[in-house]
Amino acid sequence: MTPTPDGPEATGRPLRAPWSGPLGLYRPGTSPVHRAPGGAKLVALLVVTTLGVVLQGVPSALVLLALVLLAYAVARVPLRGSAGGLTATLLGIGVLAVFRWWSDGPAGAIELTADLLAAVLLAALVTATTRSDVLLDTLARAARPLRHVGLAPEQVSLAIALMLRTVPVLVVSTVESRDAARARGLGRDPRAVVVPAAVRMVGHAHRVGEALAARGLGEPDGPTPPRAADSHPLRSGA
Amino acid sequence: MIALDAVHVTAWSPDPAGGADRVVTLLHPLSLRLDEPRVAVIGANGSGKSTLARLLNGLVLPSSGRVTVDGLDTARDGAAVRRLVGFVFTDPDAQIVMPTPVEDVALSLRRTHPDARERAQAARAVLARFGLAARADQPVHSLSGGQRQLLALAAVLATEPRVLVLDEPTTLLDLAWRAVVDDLVAGLEQQVVEVTHDLDAAGHADRVLVVDEGRVVHDGAPDEAVRHYRTLMAARASRVRDGSPS
Ligand SMILES: Nc1ncnc2c1ncn2[C@@H]1O[C@H](COP(=O)(O)OP(=O)(O)O)[C@@H](O)[C@H]1O
Ligand SMILES: [Mg+2]
Repeated sequence: MTPTPDGPEATGRPLRAPWSGPLGLYRPGTSPVHRAPGGAKLVALLVVTTLGVVLQGVPSALVLLALVLLAYAVARVPLRGSAGGLTATLLGIGVLAVFRWWSDGPAGAIELTADLLAAVLLAALVTATTRSDVLLDTLARAARPLRHVGLAPEQVSLAIALMLRTVPVLVVSTVESRDAARARGLGRDPRAVVVPAAVRMVGHAHRVGEALAARGLGEPDGPTPPRAADSHPLRSGA
Repeated sequence: MIALDAVHVTAWSPDPAGGADRVVTLLHPLSLRLDEPRVAVIGANGSGKSTLARLLNGLVLPSSGRVTVDGLDTARDGAAVRRLVGFVFTDPDAQIVMPTPVEDVALSLRRTHPDARERAQAARAVLARFGLAARADQPVHSLSGGQRQLLALAAVLATEPRVLVLDEPTTLLDLAWRAVVDDLVAGLEQQVVEVTHDLDAAGHADRVLVVDEGRVVHDGAPDEAVRHYRTLMAARASRVRDGSPS
């Protein structure tokens, strides 16, 4: 059995799958960022995000953003591709910045923008330079103490990793719902964007749940806890 | 062994006239024992095939009655049943979770291969068995539909289930890929329950169930079952042509 390669790769500019955004796709590489331990990268993400919240003032925010951009240069992950996949997130940051400008003035807006950009771009860089396998192992190790409160580390790490991977889906479904709303002349009605986007996100979560159930993954060992007698005749097991 | 005891599946369905939701039956009370190595399920669209298939690993739970696999109840021991029974969907995109094939198969191997290096090696070995070695590190979306369905199969089989349930695994594939997937499934040592529209494939099963309007209306050897199904569908087509669809 030798399946033929008949993918779309032969033609000009490759089509980008909707979920192949920077948070969804691992970009193989040999840079120091790629080779850094997954744990170190997650800690860096945690530190940058925390510093962004804790440190006040424009200079510190700009320094954080500069450090993240430096990391991009070292990793040789093109920022343009990343920014493209994050359009909706960037738009969201823009809206927040305008709001902050109105409430706090320009300095507040710049600080907020730099802090959020640093966090989002670094999250994108971590997932782009870390195999999901390594990410899962690292998260599972970090989640090990949670055993004492009755949570299975493997389940927790799977949930977090899938959440990271879900960000592009979230972004894409919002963008597509906005386009669909525009196509129907409802571009100004937030409900026409938010409701379909939410429906699709729930649909996506449900699908991932079924995909894992199909392989017997993502469930703790042992018997299923007894369910409350439900009033709904179809008890969906997924 | 798979056993269904007086299984009844119902669902709430909105009233088209805008009244209160009504309870509709998706599968009428049904008792079955499936122990043949190859079982095929055929039937019209919307007849209840997927509902029946999904019962077998607890993706759907019976409203009343019991489904057990090797004595494990799908409602009580759902996680254990799902470890025994792998499920393949029609659309491989519903199945693949990770961005590259090697990562997706490695995800399946986490339970059996705690060591990351061994796991990656094992994942590549699995992909090689399915003719996907050269694709291991490519983005999943660059694979063709057939390659993706192979990957979905590989990822499920990597968990070493004892039973494999497939819900129309070849419906979206062209003839060449259909043959590839059929051959692969035919060679499995697992018990296989396959929902299919491909009557040739059903002809190779040990036992064929014909589902219609939420009931198993025929259960037996493939030739007779396929004949039964053809007669049923011909009758329905002539009723549709006469303007009185059921
Ligand atoms: N969760 C549900 N709620 C209400 N109706 C459903 C649900 N799932 C399936 N159905 C309906 O039950 C019938 C059988 O569905 P299904 O088992 O998917 O059929 P098949 O796979 O044979 O096409 C269809 O008419 C479908 O619309
Ligand atoms: Mg179906």
